[in-house]
Amino acid sequence: MTFKIGVVTFPGTLDDRDAQRAVRLAGGEAVALWHADENLHKVDAVVLPGGFSYGDYLRCGAIAAQAPVMDSIIKAANGGLPVLGICNGFQVLVESHLLPGGLIRNEKQHFICRDQTLVVENINTPWTNQFTQNEEIVIPLKNGEGGYIATDETLKRLEGEGLVAFRYKDVNPNGSMNDIAGLRNERGNVVGLMPHPEHAVEAGFGPDMPGTMRSGVDGLKFFTSVLNSLVNA
Amino acid sequence: MPKEVLLDPAGKSVNNALHRSGHTSSTIAGITAVRIGKRIELHFDRPVTDADVAEAQKIGENFLSNAVIEDVVSVTVQN
Repeated sequence: MTFKIGVVTFPGTLDDRDAQRAVRLAGGEAVALWHADENLHKVDAVVLPGGFSYGDYLRCGAIAAQAPVMDSIIKAANGGLPVLGICNGFQVLVESHLLPGGLIRNEKQHFICRDQTLVVENINTPWTNQFTQNEEIVIPLKNGEGGYIATDETLKRLEGEGLVAFRYKDVNPNGSMNDIAGLRNERGNVVGLMPHPEHAVEAGFGPDMPGTMRSGVDGLKFFTSVLNSLVNA
Repeated sequence: MPKEVLLDPAGKSVNNALHRSGHTSSTIAGITAVRIGKRIELHFDRPVTDADVAEAQKIGENFLSNAVIEDVVSVTVQN
C-alpha cells in the first residue's frame, strides 16, 4: 500500500516541489494541497514546506495560518494526523497554535544559509522514529527569522516534558533560546523545525559531509519515518 | 511593539546608525535605545463605536500581533 503525503502550497511557498520529491524518494505518494482548498484529499500525513507564504506579511506564517486549508489541517492535527512544518511551515504551525512559542529575526540580522548539525532529541514521533536517540544529523538551514523564543514557563514545560525534538549542535545560528531547532507537540504527531530535511534526501544534492561533497541524506529519514509510522498504525 | 524583554535587532541597528550619523546633539547623545514597532490602520466608512474599539483591541491581540513576541500598546480612533 502506498501512503499519501500531502504537501501544501501557499502563495509564496518555495520548497513544495522539493518536499514532494522527498516524499517520493522515501516511497510515498506526494499529493499537492492548495491553500484555498479545505479538502485534504484523504492524505495520511501533511508537510507544510518552507518559503515566504504571503510574502511574510504581518508576521512569518501569520496569514497562512488563516488559510482555508489550515482550518482542516488544525482539526486533523488535533485528531492525530501527522503534520511536519519545515522553516516557514514551522512558523505556520506556531502561528496556528499547534506548537508553542514564536520565531523572530535572527540574532545578528543576517539571513543564514549553511549545512547545520542537529541533535535529534526525541525519536518518539511519526517524523523521527527512524533516527536513534541523540543522533547527530546534518541538513541545510536557510532562514532570516529562525530565532526561537518562548516564555520561561513554556521553555520549562518544553524541556520538562521532552518536547524539544531537535537542538542546534556546535553553532547556534540564529539566537534560538536553549539552542532549539525544532519541537514536537504533546501527542507527538505535530513536529516543526527551521532546518530543511527535504534538501538532504539524495546523494549529489545534499549537504557536504566529511570526505564527500553534497552526499548528505539525513533528511530522508523524516519521510521514511512517517511512512514507517503509517505502516505500523 | 516587540516585547521590551526581547532583542529588537532592527531597532538596535537604527540606534547604532543614529549615533554614527554625524548629527551630534544632547538629544541624540541621550538616546539609549531605539525600538521599532508597527502601526496598522483599520478603515471604516461609518462612525466608529466603543464596541468597534473593543473589537479592534481583540483583533489586535489575537491576529494582528503575536502575544509571544509583541504587545498591543494602544488602539486609538482618528477621523
